[in-house]
Amino acid sequence: MSKRIGMEIAMAAAEAVALCRPDVIAAYPITPNTHIPEHLADIVADGDLDCEYIAVESEHSALSACTGASAAGARVFTATSSQGLLYMYEIVPVVPSMRLPVIMCLGNRAISGPINIWNDHSDYMCVRDLGWISMFASNGQETIDMCIQAFKIGEHADVMLPVLVNLDGFQLTHVVEAMMMPDQEEVDKFLPPRKPFAALHPDNVVSMGTLGLPDIYNEAKKANDEALINSKKVILEIWKEWETMFGRKYEPIMSYKANDADVLMLTMGSMGETAQVAIDELRKEGFKAGLLDLKLYRPFPADELKKAVKGCKNLIVIDRAVMSGGAAAPVCAEVKSVLYDEPDRPVITNDIIGLGGRDVRVEDFIKIFKKAAKAKPERAYEIYGVRG
Amino acid sequence: MKSIVENFDLFAPKLVDKEEYYCSGHRACQGCGEALAIRLMAKALGKDTVVTNATGCMEVTATPYPTTAWKLPWVHVAFPNSAAVGAGVEAALKSLRRKGKIADRDVKVVSIGGDGGSFDIGFQAISGAMERGHNMIYIVYDNEAYMNTGIQRSGATPYGASTTTRPAGKQSVGNTTWKKNMAEIMVAHKVPYVATACHSYPFDFMDKVKKAKKVNGPAFIHCLAVCPTGWRCPSDACIKMGRLAVETGVFPLYEVENGKYKMTIEMPKKLRPIEDYLKPQGRFRHLTPDQIQIFKGMAMLEYNKVLERIKHSKSWSDMTS
Ligand SMILES: Cc1ncc(C[n+]2csc(CCOP(=O)(O)OP(=O)(O)O)c2C)c(N)n1
Repeated sequence: MSKRIGMEIAMAAAEAVALCRPDVIAAYPITPNTHIPEHLADIVADGDLDCEYIAVESEHSALSACTGASAAGARVFTATSSQGLLYMYEIVPVVPSMRLPVIMCLGNRAISGPINIWNDHSDYMCVRDLGWISMFASNGQETIDMCIQAFKIGEHADVMLPVLVNLDGFQLTHVVEAMMMPDQEEVDKFLPPRKPFAALHPDNVVSMGTLGLPDIYNEAKKANDEALINSKKVILEIWKEWETMFGRKYEPIMSYKANDADVLMLTMGSMGETAQVAIDELRKEGFKAGLLDLKLYRPFPADELKKAVKGCKNLIVIDRAVMSGGAAAPVCAEVKSVLYDEPDRPVITNDIIGLGGRDVRVEDFIKIFKKAAKAKPERAYEIYGVRG
Repeated sequence: MKSIVENFDLFAPKLVDKEEYYCSGHRACQGCGEALAIRLMAKALGKDTVVTNATGCMEVTATPYPTTAWKLPWVHVAFPNSAAVGAGVEAALKSLRRKGKIADRDVKVVSIGGDGGSFDIGFQAISGAMERGHNMIYIVYDNEAYMNTGIQRSGATPYGASTTTRPAGKQSVGNTTWKKNMAEIMVAHKVPYVATACHSYPFDFMDKVKKAKKVNGPAFIHCLAVCPTGWRCPSDACIKMGRLAVETGVFPLYEVENGKYKMTIEMPKKLRPIEDYLKPQGRFRHLTPDQIQIFKGMAMLEYNKVLERIKHSKSWSDMTS
């Protein structure tokens, strides 16, 4: 039976991963994700998890080793943040192209420069288009749940893709929360052992990662894209199964007081919980305010988004990364592109907040909300709260 | 010097595995030393092997989808990470075997790469994998430049070689430095078995691969692989150029077991003149007699260092008290 625990979220993530019985872990230290691989190393060192733990010499090698291990049929895990993700960048798109499940926790952190160890989503946005299923946790419980779900989703025979579980650096990684931790029996029941489609072994000889000439590259890319798009069906099934087993519901876009809302805010990650408080305040003031919280970023839940914004007049997209020189911030650009063909789409405004660990407070959401409800802004996006 | 190669025809049928694990039909150039060496390596390793391959000539020529020259399980991920991928495969096989998820028998992981993928961009991954003591072999196929991308210099390019990024010119001798000594660097990592080899000495090479396979831990082989295209010599000169590299002392063949150095192909007291090696190669065509002397000085320094180590090195097992 699940147990109620109070624990730092990074450590809870490690315990959840350990319950999934990974065969190989390879990781390299970088703040703020480090407590995850450190705690896993403890669990292995105490003999509580039978796993090969490779303390690699770089993130490039961390993901390379995970790729090799996954190609050999192992269940694998790694974690990183920011510069670490950029250091392994070369390998990130190769993993889905080889249809290899690798599960990675990304303790979201701003990318350099200037160097900054605190939270925003700029690290993830560098890899969003590289073929990984990507989820964003809003709290500790979701982190635990998504870590376990990720293995089942990624390894599913109809999916076979790597999965990124995003959790905000510090705001989530270093926060102690009360959570429900499933027990081993429950996780074993939910998550069967991995059955690889092909594995590097002389008993069944394969060549993997071969050269794709122009006559095949297009087809390979389309097949990959379809695999990612089609994974949504499995994700939804597995989330249903999770809900039945554990009573906690997951949807690509979770909503809060959104049904009758005129103005919706859309957030991702830990901001969602702060925004909920703001929505409550705004409701008290008489505004018909609601919240959409994006849990699944890849594959992007376009249909769910179209449905969720039906009937609302204003949509405020909150981003936590800059798409330098772009048309909008990354989440908003995507949202706009999805809603372009909708006949009665809302007016969309876009604010970027919380860069590099800048505090995101209830009153910030309230200010942004009131500003957006008033008039159409002059610019496509604004970095909120920049000092003059 | 008596060479075993002369007797190859006589003994080969008996001694060499008839099975081909790296097959014909690959797209390597005529007279490619790397392709030959890999074929020999695969024969020496046999079936219970997994190969990880860095990007480079040997990867692009062997596996244009949907074809493959490999009859061993084989994987390519990227250019700098063959050793890291190998480390992951090794860890996976170990873990899965311990948990009873795969057959309970030894399967050796062998990571390969060119000199660019090993001396330069893949250096860190090799250093990490060897230092951590994975049960794997790393073999660098050293054709002394980045050949796949068009003969650019690497940390393995010898003095005086003209490459497309250090070309010979009115103000340039070509490459100005000597090859990085990878074998020595690997010995410094306390790798229990380190060897140099060349496809022109097939039995010596295959013996070394077999020895490396027996090590329960990391092993490293630096295999000189002649590239007629990049060295600017006729394709039928491949075997001969490898032998000349050895006979002139430019690339001595030795092994280092637990720190103890030993020559495996006996060298004559008086080495063959270095010009015999340089003259047939277009990449050295521009060298003046003075520059040839500089080349010789650099080559002899390395050669004499090896002789010194052979004389004075001791096995690590004799040095712990
Ligand atoms: C990160 C990265 N940088 C550069 C390249 C381009 N590249 C592919 S193969 C290669 C050269 C390979 O040279 P080497 O390792 O010596 O092997 P060879 O082709 O000579 O066998 C280069 C530079 C690449 N694929 N990846």
